Amino acid sequence: MSLLRVEALRKSHGDHTVLKGVDLTVEPGLVVALLGASGCGKTTLLRLIAGFETADSGRITLGDRVLHGPGIHVPAERRRIGYVPQEGTLFPHLSVAANVAFGLTRAERRAGRADEAMRLTGLAGLEHRYPHQISGGQQQRTALARALAPAPGLILLDEPFNALELGLRRSVCADVVALLRTSAATAILVTHDPEEAFASADLVAVMRQGSIVQCAAPTVLYRHPIDVEVARLTGQAILLDGTARDGTATTMLGTVALQPGAPSGPIRVMLRPEQVTLGPADHGVAVRPLSSVFRGDHALVTVAIGDTTLDLRLNPFDDYADTLALRVNGACMAFALT
Amino acid sequence: MTRGPQALPPSWLVMASLIPFVLVALPIGYVIVQGWQAGVGGILQNLIRPYTLNLLLNTLTIAVSVTVLAGLIAIAAAWGTERCDLPGRRWWRLAVALPLAIPAYVSSFAWSSLGPWFQEIQGAILILTFYSVPLVYLPVVAALRSLDPNFEDVARSLGHGRWRTFRRVVLPQIAPALGGSALLVAAHMLAEFGALSFLRVETFTTAIFDQYTAEFNNQAAALLSGVLMLICLPVAFAEARMRTRRRVARIGRGSARALVPIALGPLMPLAILGFVLLTILSFGVPIVTLGFWVWQGHSAGQGIERVLPALATTLGYALPGAVLTTIAAVPLVIATTHFRGRFAMLCDRLPYIVHGLPGIVVALAAVATAIGFLPAVYQTSGLVLLVYLVLFLPLAQSSVRASAELVPRELSDVARSLGKTPFQAFVLTILPNLLPGIGAALALTALQLMRELTATLLLAPAGVVTLATEFWNYTSDRAYGAAAPFAATLVLVSGIPVYVFTMRTLRLNDVR
Repeated sequence: MSLLRVEALRKSHGDHTVLKGVDLTVEPGLVVALLGASGCGKTTLLRLIAGFETADSGRITLGDRVLHGPGIHVPAERRRIGYVPQEGTLFPHLSVAANVAFGLTRAERRAGRADEAMRLTGLAGLEHRYPHQISGGQQQRTALARALAPAPGLILLDEPFNALELGLRRSVCADVVALLRTSAATAILVTHDPEEAFASADLVAVMRQGSIVQCAAPTVLYRHPIDVEVARLTGQAILLDGTARDGTATTMLGTVALQPGAPSGPIRVMLRPEQVTLGPADHGVAVRPLSSVFRGDHALVTVAIGDTTLDLRLNPFDDYADTLALRVNGACMAFALT
Repeated sequence: MTRGPQALPPSWLVMASLIPFVLVALPIGYVIVQGWQAGVGGILQNLIRPYTLNLLLNTLTIAVSVTVLAGLIAIAAAWGTERCDLPGRRWWRLAVALPLAIPAYVSSFAWSSLGPWFQEIQGAILILTFYSVPLVYLPVVAALRSLDPNFEDVARSLGHGRWRTFRRVVLPQIAPALGGSALLVAAHMLAEFGALSFLRVETFTTAIFDQYTAEFNNQAAALLSGVLMLICLPVAFAEARMRTRRRVARIGRGSARALVPIALGPLMPLAILGFVLLTILSFGVPIVTLGFWVWQGHSAGQGIERVLPALATTLGYALPGAVLTTIAAVPLVIATTHFRGRFAMLCDRLPYIVHGLPGIVVALAAVATAIGFLPAVYQTSGLVLLVYLVLFLPLAQSSVRASAELVPRELSDVARSLGKTPFQAFVLTILPNLLPGIGAALALTALQLMRELTATLLLAPAGVVTLATEFWNYTSDRAYGAAAPFAATLVLVSGIPVYVFTMRTLRLNDVR
């Protein structure tokens, strides 16, 4: 496993600029998630790294090999980069074992590399089945085994869990990430689902309109998004206008603590819904619930503050009919109003 | 109440399906009866001679060479238009399919008028290869388009170059389409009569025709038919197996990614040259030659006044033939799509048996049966229409089937629960939903019937003149100028509509 370095990568399709100079470094053994809305260029970036398409300019290096640079373009089949596309894309005319062995040389096959990859991914016993005879999760694991078997320098996963239904998706995702960890693989995972990105990656790179706008550990990204859009892309965000002074801000939810380094003057405060809880009755901001919907593991309570409404997830063992007192826990992110 | 298709079709459906079964059984029965009458000695005497070996050699040489050559050209062309950055791909796609507009005997007429080299076996292979390319090209294109390009990306990420990716990933997945259409071409070639007759190549079909019409040797014709059927039926069955064994090409849902075409680079001029040559040879030469002879014939004042009455007669046979064939096809389709069991399976297999019956064999059997048992129908239009029904049943069946598969089986159950008899339920609920398929079957069958030559030639009552038979009469005398207007009319009224119809149904021009 080696270091991947992408520098100033640019790519246009006709008049449309898809990538506007992307820089990305992935340390060996790390799993990096590329998070972004559809059309932000994340799949294009993946395909350029894989070598399926050719960048207009920039450099891609893996370890000490230049894969793409001025006058250099290593074709996909000589990059040794594994690829797991959406839906797995198993070859339907080949058995599970033949799918896994597809990228191996004759010597590697004889050395039992396919069996090893299948054992690692828990496919033992399914060797002679065909792709249409195994479940969605097994298909996904076969696709991963096929990509891992030739011991590539890097594995690319393009929204690999999209085709699975939601319940299965979480568990297959957890399986796959655990497998990537045990094989110490360097991997890039493309996704538009922040939960999936947080659960699987060491670093999350947020892409927007052809650039990476922030690349950080999941907790950093969630707590300190660099702007409002990144905040919205990475989870639910409550935005309140206010005035900041000396590390606190006055807002409709009262005075809230700000994170270090916050600007002063008129600001927009961003907090996550989990930060809002019920406070003691005489302490905090009094609000009237507009509606309360029982959702099983939580109660969704809509409250009015001034002329805006907030949705709060509260303890389902209480009823919410009377005036509530709210408090904000922890420091909030603040963005200067421009 | 069981779910899904009912096991037993209602009796009216069984009765309605039996008619085509009987008609299809006739030619087979005829060959068996003739063989029986000839006895082992007669069979050996008739068939064990160098003449038969020569026919066998010619027939197989043409079938195998045309299938292989057309297959190779079609794969290369499909690869070029579907996977490469060839400029004007959508136009080339239309161009490669153009030979669909020219009946095989018209294009062999055009080529053979150019000189003797284009006759005999080498000419036949060349002409029929170019004629057959679209028959393989279109299914392969459809298969390539439905193939998720991700397969090719995955193979390359696993270290396979372009050629190995094609051989190990693409080829196995387009194999059902490729194999099915190649076998279809082989079946066509085994049954081809008109073109081979012009080109003076002796194969089973032309020999059967000669034995029957020139030497009046019924028995020899029947025995040769038997041998031809023994070759054709396995090909037809292999095709059937190929088509039913299709595997699902994509697992899961989601959208296939748009394709990034392969850069041809320095090979580009070569690729363009190939497509230009293919279009010239398969379409340009026949159509220009035909135009030349039309102009020649026109300046000699030959035959043009006879085109219109011949066209009227052609339509007079093609339209009722299409109606009759479609009516016969509907119950068969319903039996296969809405019921299961042995009978439904038999109905499903019937078209493949028909594919294995060369037109000349069916026509000959109809003549012999009529003379032997029902002299009153011999030399009537009714007999022609019955033979049309047998030969074009598969075409009508597949068109109707496309609609029938979309009609939920529960429709007639609901109607029956509301108090309708099975027949009423069919007429009120299923039939109206089959109309698009029935319309398509009528149109396609009528268009194909207009160019039918073999059966019309053998069976049409004396004095009946269609475009195809009149064309054949003139070309037999090498009266190219006089024959040309009939051929040109056939291309206009049958060829071009078939081409437009086919390309529309395939919808090859959207997206990519």
